[in-house]
Amino acid sequence: MTTLEGVGVGRGIAVGPVLRMPERLPEPATLASTIGPDSEKERVTGALAATAADIRVRGEKAGGKAQEVLEAQALMADDPTLRSDIDMRVDNGATAERAVFEAFAGFRDMLVALGGYMAERATDLDDVSQRVIARLSGVSAPGVPESDIPFVLVARDLAPADTALLDLSVVLGVVTSDGGPTSHTAILAREKGITAVVGVSGALDITDGSTVIVDAAAGSVVVDPSEQETGRANAELQRRAARADVPVGPGALADGTPVPLLANLGSVDGLDAALAAGAEGVGLFRTEFLFLDASSAPTVAQQYGHYSKLLRAFPGKKVVVRVLDAGADKPLAFLNDAHEENPALGLRGLRALRASEQILRDQLTALARAASETDAELWVMAPMVATVEETRYFVAIARELGITTSGVMVEVPSSALLADRILAEAQFASIGTNDLTQYTLAADRLLGSVASFQDPWHPAVLRLVAEVGRAGAALGKPVGICGEAAADPLLAVVLVGLGATSLSMSPSALGDVRAELLQHTREQAVAFGAAALGAEDAAGARAAVRALLPRPA
Amino acid sequence: MPERTVVVASSHGLHARPAALFSQAAAKAGVPVKLTKGARTVNAASILGVISLGIDHGDEVVVSVDGEGADGVLDELSGLLATDHDA
Repeated sequence: MTTLEGVGVGRGIAVGPVLRMPERLPEPATLASTIGPDSEKERVTGALAATAADIRVRGEKAGGKAQEVLEAQALMADDPTLRSDIDMRVDNGATAERAVFEAFAGFRDMLVALGGYMAERATDLDDVSQRVIARLSGVSAPGVPESDIPFVLVARDLAPADTALLDLSVVLGVVTSDGGPTSHTAILAREKGITAVVGVSGALDITDGSTVIVDAAAGSVVVDPSEQETGRANAELQRRAARADVPVGPGALADGTPVPLLANLGSVDGLDAALAAGAEGVGLFRTEFLFLDASSAPTVAQQYGHYSKLLRAFPGKKVVVRVLDAGADKPLAFLNDAHEENPALGLRGLRALRASEQILRDQLTALARAASETDAELWVMAPMVATVEETRYFVAIARELGITTSGVMVEVPSSALLADRILAEAQFASIGTNDLTQYTLAADRLLGSVASFQDPWHPAVLRLVAEVGRAGAALGKPVGICGEAAADPLLAVVLVGLGATSLSMSPSALGDVRAELLQHTREQAVAFGAAALGAEDAAGARAAVRALLPRPA
Repeated sequence: MPERTVVVASSHGLHARPAALFSQAAAKAGVPVKLTKGARTVNAASILGVISLGIDHGDEVVVSVDGEGADGVLDELSGLLATDHDA
């Protein structure tokens, strides 16, 4: 039994036998053409056109985001710059196969050299290249293996054409050796809800037919697991299947301790889904959408219309609105368009609003007006607050403009560490675990190469959460969680154990979290929290909490 | 040659999807369109050319169009670049 580590996509678990993706085509030989450039070019034209058409057919079958990705690949096959590169090589005596291979490889190397997001597109290009060469050589293009028995697919990386057509009735999960959290494998796996762990070094050494346990939440792949391990994974699968049956209702622990479950929303479009999933209010309403497409800040009247619609949907319930969270990473011409070397550490969130105070004033005015006309309980919070002074500034201006309940987001370690002083000023705190993790571990959450650091189970992050929870309890102030962490059912219990009083997440996660909370008492949650805090890393924290779970009967 | 300077809005820069939208629109323009970042200029109808410029979010690029109706084409293409397709 060996355990391999990677970056998990989603929270699924899969257990099953491995099928490997077939190896790549051999590199075409460097023989001189025997049929002459004109005939070779004709072959190239036919193969490129047929490949583009084939990719578009796959796109139509797949639909949605997959189709967009596949269209980009079809455009690569149609590309005029690539074509002139191929023709030049053919004119110099190369065969169609070799010219295609070299031209694509040239572009591929260039993408890899660019790094980051561009490098992750290299896989798309390789895939097109393989398909064109397969067509020229009259062999079948490499693709997902077919099987009647459900299997875990192991590959170097999946091209969009592969992921789009994965037969979900037989593919239990996907493990790749390459690719980061923004690779197509990751994006499409997330969209289709496929259990996946990407960037697993050693994945290609797993032999066909071995049994593996793919645990996306832990980012691990256990090869040839013991019977005990397999049993535990299957029990966990059963536990999750059973959990789907819990009826919609207010969130609570097994002993009845209420834990309000709220929705994260990015616009008023998601309201119906949130209500259907049983959201007891909104824990994070992002207001960026009102500003992003605008060249100047929207007026008070324009904003008021949106806020009014939002608040009317939740009569008598809590709606937490976050004022504009923009910065150099999400620049707005009228707010901050300066180029910054480190946007995550720059003039963003409340810092940017403070530099353009009228925008903040207009937003608070529109919110207060909308709130005065509805029964919803409006709470307003400021993003990216790092100091007590900033807290005082925001609370004062919110009060001046008629906001009755104002608080701050805790995303910066400094405000978690001084939570007792921050919460003495603010009426509530809401912890944004994504940014808190990024800042605590000093790892850019958008960068694939440091994605393994972005894990809210890390005890350093949890210790900061506990600090805020303790301050909230001492001062009688609510402490919410509104990051991805709240959507991880087991972690949600840990967060409650550390003092979170409400959890806010994307509506699709509400059911699972509601069901998990009902399994544990307050006392157990506190014990989970203590166990996680005592670990030395994120994996250790998970293991420590899982070890406390009751054994399934 | 009419040209326009635009700041790219897509939060991950011009990678697959935004680059595809842009090069498709450039190809449909019916007139030659060039895209320049720094010292490099590529055929804007070439998705690989566009991707190869390694355009990041916030980069300044120049779109230049030659021929009939250049202004309309410039309007459309700079609008595409100034929209965040990753949002």
